[in-house]
Amino acid sequence: MAPILGVIASANQGQFISYTDYASIATTTVGSGGAATITFSSIPSTYQHLQIRAFARSDRSAGVDIMSMRMNSDTAANYSDHLLYGDGTTAQTDVNINATTINIQRLASDNLSANIFSDFVIDILDYANTNKYKTIRYLSGYDANGSGRVGLGSGSWRNTAAVTSITLTSAFSSNYKQYSSFALYGIKG
Amino acid sequence: MPATYEPIATNTLGSAASSVTFSSIPGTYTDLIVVMQYANSTGTADVYFQFNSDTGSNYSRTQLYGTGSVAGSNAGTSETALNGVGYVGTTLSQSISHIMNYSNATTYKTVLIRNDPTANNVTAVVGLWRSTSAITTIKIGYSTNNFIAGSTFTIYGIKSA
Repeated sequence: MAPILGVIASANQGQFISYTDYASIATTTVGSGGAATITFSSIPSTYQHLQIRAFARSDRSAGVDIMSMRMNSDTAANYSDHLLYGDGTTAQTDVNINATTINIQRLASDNLSANIFSDFVIDILDYANTNKYKTIRYLSGYDANGSGRVGLGSGSWRNTAAVTSITLTSAFSSNYKQYSSFALYGIKG
Repeated sequence: MPATYEPIATNTLGSAASSVTFSSIPGTYTDLIVVMQYANSTGTADVYFQFNSDTGSNYSRTQLYGTGSVAGSNAGTSETALNGVGYVGTTLSQSISHIMNYSNATTYKTVLIRNDPTANNVTAVVGLWRSTSAITTIKIGYSTNNFIAGSTFTIYGIKSA
């Protein structure tokens, strides 16, 4: 029996696909020099949804970092996002409106002990549709044995264009560290 | 075309058991996903992971939950297992765990979990195993009772380009 999409995505969806309907499009693994920007370009429009699975850490030392997502190199204030998160003590929420990127929280950094990385599972739904704005959702988090953050987030890009490129940077202009990896997958409808 | 996302192993319990172990997990995938649906005959308790038979105090977690009346967060540090992977009761619960970059031998391992105990609450959890070893064995345990017969546990592997 085919797995439900919820097996693939970050929550349950109730649709059925086959194992071969989930395809690897591109992967970037950061080398010893680090990387300021991860770019997936020339994304084919032949899938129904996209998923980014990332394992990452930045070199920011002043605090934990935030991943910033941008579509099709649009630098205008066309993005917004909401976040529900737990920090080990309380449940809290965050929002950004009319922003120039979607904030995806939190990105582990050199503010934490060595070897601690964040995980991200980001779904970009109906990304090739040219009649509606684009919506993402994500599950993310890091734990550092005494501090941590787990979050459920959503984001919007107020543009009807098909998503053909995605860039992932740091909100604090830091660099992704060696061993960070970012994989883009396509899910057929 | 080779499958990018495929099942590695499945265990459907034929009789009640307190744990399930997947061993000899190949290192040929990028991520692992563990899908579980389970219940017990009485009581409630946490479900946990232990990797590579490590019973040291090398696990920690941060959890977000909603009970239907309140949202909150809690954490566990220096625990002997990654707790909060699931929460088992007498009605079926399900959880999906993402174990990213599990076979790398350089960094600690971070796990993302969505857990839906149908009769209790809903949670999101991030867990840490402070070991740089590649994960080759996963024990899914439940210390205070047994998973009932018919509980299902499946590991999937995802390969990136």
